[in-house]
Amino acid sequence: MLNHLPILQVIVPLLAAPACLLLNKPRLSWLFACFAAVISLLISGALLYQVQQSGVISYMLGGWDAPWGIEYRIDLLSAYVLLIVSAIGTVVLLAANTSIRQEIDEDKQSVFYVLYLLCMAGLLGIVATGDIFNVFVFLEISSLATYALVAFGRDRRALLAAYQYLILGTIGATFLLLGIGLLYSLTGTLNMQDLAERLPVASESATVYTAFAFMIVGVCLKLALFPLHLWLPNTYTYAPSIVTAFLAATATKVAIYLLIRLYFSVFGADFSALPIQPIFIGLGLVSVFVASTVAIKQPNIKRLFAYSSVAQIGYMIIGIGIGSSLGLQATLLHLFNHALMKGALFLALAAVVYRIGSAERSGFNGLAKQMPWTMAAIVVAGLSLIGVPLTVGFVSKWYLVLASFQSGLWPVALLIVIGSLLSIYYVWALVESAYFGKAAMPSNVSSSSAANLSPIKEAPLSLLIPIWILVLANVYFGIDTRLPLEASATAANFLMGGGS
Amino acid sequence: MLLVITAIAIARVVDLFAAVMLSGIYGLLSASFFVAMDAVDVAFTEAAVGAGIFPLLMLMVLGVTGRYEKLEANLKKPAVVKKVAMLMLMLLTGGLLIFGTIDMPAFGSADAPAQQHVNIRYIEQSPEEIGIPNMVTSVLASYRGYDTLGEVLVIFTAAMGVLALFSSQLFSPSKPSMQVEQGGMRDHHVLRIVSKILIPLILLFAFYVQFHGEYGPGGGFQAGVIFAAGIILYTMLYGLNKAMEVIKPSVLRILCAFGVFIYGSTGVVSMLSGGNFLDYSVLASDPIIGQHLGILVIELGVGITIAAGMILIFFAFSHQAESQLGEG
Repeated sequence: MLNHLPILQVIVPLLAAPACLLLNKPRLSWLFACFAAVISLLISGALLYQVQQSGVISYMLGGWDAPWGIEYRIDLLSAYVLLIVSAIGTVVLLAANTSIRQEIDEDKQSVFYVLYLLCMAGLLGIVATGDIFNVFVFLEISSLATYALVAFGRDRRALLAAYQYLILGTIGATFLLLGIGLLYSLTGTLNMQDLAERLPVASESATVYTAFAFMIVGVCLKLALFPLHLWLPNTYTYAPSIVTAFLAATATKVAIYLLIRLYFSVFGADFSALPIQPIFIGLGLVSVFVASTVAIKQPNIKRLFAYSSVAQIGYMIIGIGIGSSLGLQATLLHLFNHALMKGALFLALAAVVYRIGSAERSGFNGLAKQMPWTMAAIVVAGLSLIGVPLTVGFVSKWYLVLASFQSGLWPVALLIVIGSLLSIYYVWALVESAYFGKAAMPSNVSSSSAANLSPIKEAPLSLLIPIWILVLANVYFGIDTRLPLEASATAANFLMGGGS
Repeated sequence: MLLVITAIAIARVVDLFAAVMLSGIYGLLSASFFVAMDAVDVAFTEAAVGAGIFPLLMLMVLGVTGRYEKLEANLKKPAVVKKVAMLMLMLLTGGLLIFGTIDMPAFGSADAPAQQHVNIRYIEQSPEEIGIPNMVTSVLASYRGYDTLGEVLVIFTAAMGVLALFSSQLFSPSKPSMQVEQGGMRDHHVLRIVSKILIPLILLFAFYVQFHGEYGPGGGFQAGVIFAAGIILYTMLYGLNKAMEVIKPSVLRILCAFGVFIYGSTGVVSMLSGGNFLDYSVLASDPIIGQHLGILVIELGVGITIAAGMILIFFAFSHQAESQLGEG
């Protein structure tokens, strides 16, 4: 059975989804979904181990050899991202039951878990496959599921946000498909490795440049790089809290993986036709500054951290733009670390929403007394976001600064540090109001009045435990950095060293 | 050329009903375009989807929203700068596309890379390896069978998404209310009689397409869509409640999931019998019979999920429309 692991990784959540629909009892569906998610987490762990021991795993679907059939190809990079996605997916799912029971009508809850599993399977499928059209198919699965998940939000504006995301996301996917079509017309193959081998022959043609441009823009829409980030803040703000936590920690990460995969493995790192690296660095820096500045003023905390996500994506893009192996490693590290901190932050916000009913800034006044554990989690994850030593955020920012020094880009390094100062500002403002602000009168804490006459209680354990798993992971991997460091260093060298 | 004119007409027309009809024409036109390019299977799909089910679904949506676009009275006209920016962006994208085609191999040339690489094996060896005459089906169902599973899941996801938005009362046993009287087009005798002749034929044709996919153009996708179109036509003429008596939404939901299961478990079974996922050759002692069996079974799964998913989406919309009528 061990040699089937690559496909099982995707198939388990994929087929668990219709099974969930057949169960049709919210609680059962949830348990079953958790079961499937845990299995896929175990598989991804085993896969990472296998890859580290014995190198790239290739799995031929349908038993057909690579360029004719579809190939699943797990190298260190994909194993690493698979682990991130399935780990976050599982932890968030564990917390889902409590929060979802409050935020979604009971008769829709099973459908919610069906879509959640589909989304997770779609993301895993994008990462595991070695076939470029298969990427598109799974991108569609995960995106469609995402749109529906966002539309579950209680606020009616969630529908509009989902619709915006649908339009922009579809444009992104169409661009990607156009690029794939152009590449196929030039090479006659859809397998990524095969494509990479055949492209240099055709590389001096306008068609390749066009394909490259369309694919990069399409993926950048998906990963919300400034100025293509417009869908993200609304989506994150109005989606159900659990969905936000899941999306923030996984969906954009997979898009970044896809960018790295296309850029380094398919087109090749020395595909220097367009001045793409300065563009990446420039846009990355603009993302960091614009998004951080906008974040400071947001009255809604979910929206604040949504903008902060755009900023963090900027850091990852800078890492790619630096173009050295160390820069890429910094991006990969930040991928892992950002998933941990945003997962923790948005889950903690889910707990706040669970107790107060909204994530408005005014609700946070004096909240630290009422929900000490949740607020402590926000503080730790916030420190990690800033990049304080002993948290994961420090490790990746350190590497990013190191990489830009190494490549002689010291202004970039300086700007990265200044950008971090901005995040201190918005995190501190939140902490200040929670710890030192006076608790507001119950009447203006929240709109629903009756429930709030009793003092606000700490979040239930079913939420706190997953939150603290992520928070402790933030600290643990900030101190014991071996796992992500080794994996990302090898993966980065592997990608830079002449493609896969 | 006609395609371009139709597309422009769709964008300009204010009457959404006309827009839907025009897009039906657009679908049919592109289907004939694909026939002209010798892509019969694609054309068939486009005809079934673009000219068949898409306008039907859109009509249903119009039933919910109303026929005309909201006029610009309450929408601000975009500023000139914005308009220019939009125009530039469009020109840039379009220009890039044209730029990209400059170096593309000429259409239909035999030495284009697309004809030189994987295609050779598909064309020369698939009759022996898989044993069915329609190469498109062999590619879709076997060589790239996993993509097709993905596509089925896309439809499944879409159906789930629609359920997520509308599901509330669809599955509760509907109480016979005054809606029974107003649903459908009771008074159109001509339509009803013509449809009584046509609908069985449509359904029959769907089954033909389903099981004939190995030999001619067609397969589970097209069959599912055609079948769904037949049922939807019936619903439009006789009213939702009558259709829901024939096919219960809860049954549809199970069928929808069941189709995915059929497909997926084919893969799992081939895995258990020692092959890779979706390797049909191991399903029977003779690889070719195994391939036959595998393709037949998965096409069935595809057909079931597509048909059930489409009808489910349609029911959800028309239920919404009727309950709005009931309130209003």
